[in-house]
Amino acid sequence: MITYYGYTDGSGEYYIVIDAERCNSCEDCIKVCPQQALQMEDMFIDLEDKPVAAVTEEHRKKIRYTCSPCKPEDGNVPCVSACKLEAIKCIWKPK
Amino acid sequence: MESEKDKTEFWRWLEYHSVMPGKDWRKANVITAGVDVGSVGSKAVVMIDGEIYSWSVLRTGSNSSDSAKKALDWAMQDTGLSLKDFHYIVGTGYGRVNVPMANRAITEIACHAKGANYIWGPSVRTVLDVGGQDVKAIRCDDTGKVVSFLMNDKCAAGTGRGMEVIADLLKIPIEDVGKVSLSVTEEPEPVSSTCVVFAKTEAVGLLRKGWSKEKVLASYIRAMAIRMSELIEKVGCEKEFVITGGQSKNIGIVQRVENILGVKRLPVPNLETTGLDPASAGAIGAALFAKALYEKEKHR
Repeated sequence: MITYYGYTDGSGEYYIVIDAERCNSCEDCIKVCPQQALQMEDMFIDLEDKPVAAVTEEHRKKIRYTCSPCKPEDGNVPCVSACKLEAIKCIWKPK
Repeated sequence: MESEKDKTEFWRWLEYHSVMPGKDWRKANVITAGVDVGSVGSKAVVMIDGEIYSWSVLRTGSNSSDSAKKALDWAMQDTGLSLKDFHYIVGTGYGRVNVPMANRAITEIACHAKGANYIWGPSVRTVLDVGGQDVKAIRCDDTGKVVSFLMNDKCAAGTGRGMEVIADLLKIPIEDVGKVSLSVTEEPEPVSSTCVVFAKTEAVGLLRKGWSKEKVLASYIRAMAIRMSELIEKVGCEKEFVITGGQSKNIGIVQRVENILGVKRLPVPNLETTGLDPASAGAIGAALFAKALYEKEKHR
């Protein structure tokens, strides 16, 4: 299960994409996020609750501000780099 | 029930509930319920042995737990059912943590995909849920399991609540906005504001400019449809495509989204004869998960 957190607007599109199947709940991404925008959240998959990295409820609707310091063009999105399992991706397509 | 003729609050949509005729819960092995407390509507669905038995849809009040109780009580009305007869109850939706009688809560994403799979069958791959306060685009597999999903990051923009505000402003009953918006001869430019507060201001400005109510409405609904289509295009629109949530009844949105995407949604089943209501997809999914979880726990 892949979750897209982010936005599309006049400036382009920006999404933090988290793959719940790949996530092993190690919390490495949570530790490196400079904005404390990530947390573990139970996802309901195959009738089980699996703790998976997720953007916090608080930040979900303001990713344009929260995540603005981290853009892939600078080659530095800490949560993406921290994930050894490549469960987190960042899409940034400026218009 | 309210009557149409003394209607002055144009946003106020009609609540409804019903029991499927010819079914007896006393003969059932497993009785479950799904209660979906949304930001605008609360929905309850009672299932017996995995089939829809009764349902209710009403407006969410200021208190989520009261709304949850009311919804389930209304679905149980005239059936002789009481809370102790239920084997398992699942709460879902915006207010899911405030469903006091629920055995557990499940996110509405999973429930909507499951519910859409039940309503339309295994061919459903893309679900657009247009709720009261947000819009979700969900991709699922043939079992109704979520493959990917995307939530809009804005507030009431492009949602049921925004529609209520505009209906009230234009004094057009909420049930009619879709049809009225389609009565324009030419599609106007969409309103540019995505925030409903600004969109309302913009709509007032357009009225002052001499635009007809129908044209302003078409402009607003077109903007909503464009935003929704963007979400769907992001997750990819694979057939079959369906729309759930209260706004699935808004033909103005449905037709415009279909036109933009170039895909027709699957038709809505007859509620009276099937009990299948796209507005209750989340509650239907929750009631199905309730049955699966009950059976899983029993076999443990």
